[in-house]
Amino acid sequence: MKKLIIALLLSFMTSGAYAGSHSPCGPTEGSINILANEFNTYRIFMDEVKSCAGSDVDFSVTHSVDHNKLQVAALSANPSEFSAKLVTNGSITPLMNDGLLRPLDDLVAKYGANLNDNQKITIDGKIYAVAFMANAQHLWYRESILNELGIAVPSTYEEVIAAAQKIKDSGKMANPYGGAFKSGWNLAQEFVNMYLGHGGEFFKSGSAQPNVNNENGVAALNVMKKLTEVSNPDFLTQDTNAVKEEWESGNLALMHVWNSGASSLLDDEGDQAVRADTRLAPSPSVGGGSMPATTLWWDGIAIATNTSDENAEASFRALVGAASSSELANSNADATVWLIKDYKGGNTAGPVVDAASRGASPYPSFPHMSLMHGALSTELVEFLQGNESAEKALADVEAAYIAKATEQGFL
Amino acid sequence: MPHKTFFWFFFPTGLAMILFIGLPIVSSFFQSLHIENQQILMEVENCDPFGCTTNVRVDVEATEKLKEQNPLGRFNGFGTYTDRNHLAFDEIGEAWNTSSSINEFKDIVLNLPFYKAMLFTLTFCFAVTPPVIFLGFIVALSINTLAKSLKGLAIFGSILPMIVTPLIGSLVLFWMIDSQGIIGATIKILFSDPNLSLKSSSTLTWITLIIYGIWHNTPFAFIVFYAALQTVPQDPIEAALIDGASRFQRVRYIVIPHLYPVATFIMLICLMDNFRVFEPIIGFSAEGVAQSLSWMIYQDLRNENKMLFGSAGATSMLTIIGIAILLTPVLLRTWREFRTER
Repeated sequence: MKKLIIALLLSFMTSGAYAGSHSPCGPTEGSINILANEFNTYRIFMDEVKSCAGSDVDFSVTHSVDHNKLQVAALSANPSEFSAKLVTNGSITPLMNDGLLRPLDDLVAKYGANLNDNQKITIDGKIYAVAFMANAQHLWYRESILNELGIAVPSTYEEVIAAAQKIKDSGKMANPYGGAFKSGWNLAQEFVNMYLGHGGEFFKSGSAQPNVNNENGVAALNVMKKLTEVSNPDFLTQDTNAVKEEWESGNLALMHVWNSGASSLLDDEGDQAVRADTRLAPSPSVGGGSMPATTLWWDGIAIATNTSDENAEASFRALVGAASSSELANSNADATVWLIKDYKGGNTAGPVVDAASRGASPYPSFPHMSLMHGALSTELVEFLQGNESAEKALADVEAAYIAKATEQGFL
Repeated sequence: MPHKTFFWFFFPTGLAMILFIGLPIVSSFFQSLHIENQQILMEVENCDPFGCTTNVRVDVEATEKLKEQNPLGRFNGFGTYTDRNHLAFDEIGEAWNTSSSINEFKDIVLNLPFYKAMLFTLTFCFAVTPPVIFLGFIVALSINTLAKSLKGLAIFGSILPMIVTPLIGSLVLFWMIDSQGIIGATIKILFSDPNLSLKSSSTLTWITLIIYGIWHNTPFAFIVFYAALQTVPQDPIEAALIDGASRFQRVRYIVIPHLYPVATFIMLICLMDNFRVFEPIIGFSAEGVAQSLSWMIYQDLRNENKMLFGSAGATSMLTIIGIAILLTPVLLRTWREFRTER
């Protein structure tokens, strides 16, 4: 299984045979309007999409960190607000639940000759998305600071906490650890990582009944609590982008953020001394487990059901042109882990491959997972502030989830 | 005004009110009585870059069929109103039976989302409104005594907080109170506590929100008081001057009684506005520690991947009822005064 995953992730196939007569780039009719998350790698990808779209068609893209909240409403309208959406294994399920994405088999057959097989996301035998990159959160550290204090690169969260405490005690930094604990999606995601790292399951098997109020949940929360004690006291207001800014300002020595952050953290902007000192490390394991406490993600393209066939085809052509461009992947090799054919691999892919090979789970793709994520995003705050016990917080999560899942018809 | 003239005068406004306020409220109410149809799940084989797995997904066709039969969803009566995320009758009943002291009971109740939001909303309402009225009055009195040449500038400066969009105003303040921002860093130095953070403590966040609320709302009170001050009759003031009344006595015994109905009006509007407090919570990223009823509606409609219409509708109805209860004493009082004046 492990080998299979590595093989899939790193299948930088060299068979460059150009099959199929349809070149995806340069559609001549229809208009393209894409909704996407906001981070640097997506911007790099979108530049390629735009140049592939050419000048004959209307092209616009909306980057928003709130894409998850917008997507269902925007794609439910008929005709939909956007013709295409960049999705992940997390954000695709709410769209699939409502049938808002169209099967892409015809379009893939026509324009997808240059795609790897593992890029095709199939659900019930039909292709609904084309993945172009893999992502995961993992550890980042400042080499000189760890060396100076004689700290080995932490491989478990217990070591991360000890290392951060040591840096704090040395007086070099007040709050050396950074994690995206902003109340809302980010905070819930941290819990998802930590809970899966402890070997937890979010639902009772075969049902939509919640299952977080247990030993694993309590242990996960306690680790999070210890991490926040060595973080900036404003941790509840810091999302990934804010943590990256802290890093670039030289305020952090250890952080756990997305691999795709490399494209902005390792670019020519910001303090170059910090950049030269920035190192990537595998995601730590936790609680004596062997697998890293992180989740695997793919990012891909998907086309709206409620858009005209013409717009769908134009959007797919431009997007798939970028998603099969080995030039894009190899000229931005360090921006992320591309899944694109002929990608030679960059210097930053290591931690994601490591996470996959050590058995990290992909983000759970249950139809009701987004409701669980929503319940986690609001109910954990009081525990982290020290106003509530871990058991109480988790009981609140389950109760909030049950109320929402009942209203949505899952229970 | 004859009734007929009044009718035609009021008709366009009334029609717009029915169309854009009345009907949406009725529709929200109907929506709040329903919950989504049962989701029909099926097992499928999914393949992605990390391998193939057997998973469940929503059977879109079957669910769609149910939706066609019942476009509003399943009828749930007042079930959504009484569930844990709203009035939480069951949870409160259980808390009453199991808690050993009134404090424990209070803790359990205030931990439920609706009551937590209610506590903040009411605290905000009652902490912001009195200072707003007081400060607005002081600012209006002060500006009224300024030389004519300075008045325009002073009025413009004083209503600036109201002109600034709430979200922008709160974001600016949010950055200033950051532990590295100008206010946050100064406070850290003043209290010589390097770990002090306005954003991390619930109490300090509440205080920040309340101060922001006062800053943002004072101009409204000021402008209404200032307009009313222009109508204060000069004769009694001159008479009082001759009698040797001090400035304080003139304000206390002539100006304040004259402005009393205006103060009631400002209080009414302020309570209503502050009950719907929302933007500062987003601007200050304070949703972790301070939730209001409006924020709960936003949460149901925006922060979930799928909109919880029933839940949002129920919270909207409860908000309307809340405002009605809050305003009843003030309205009753105004009505009584109105009758005695006749």
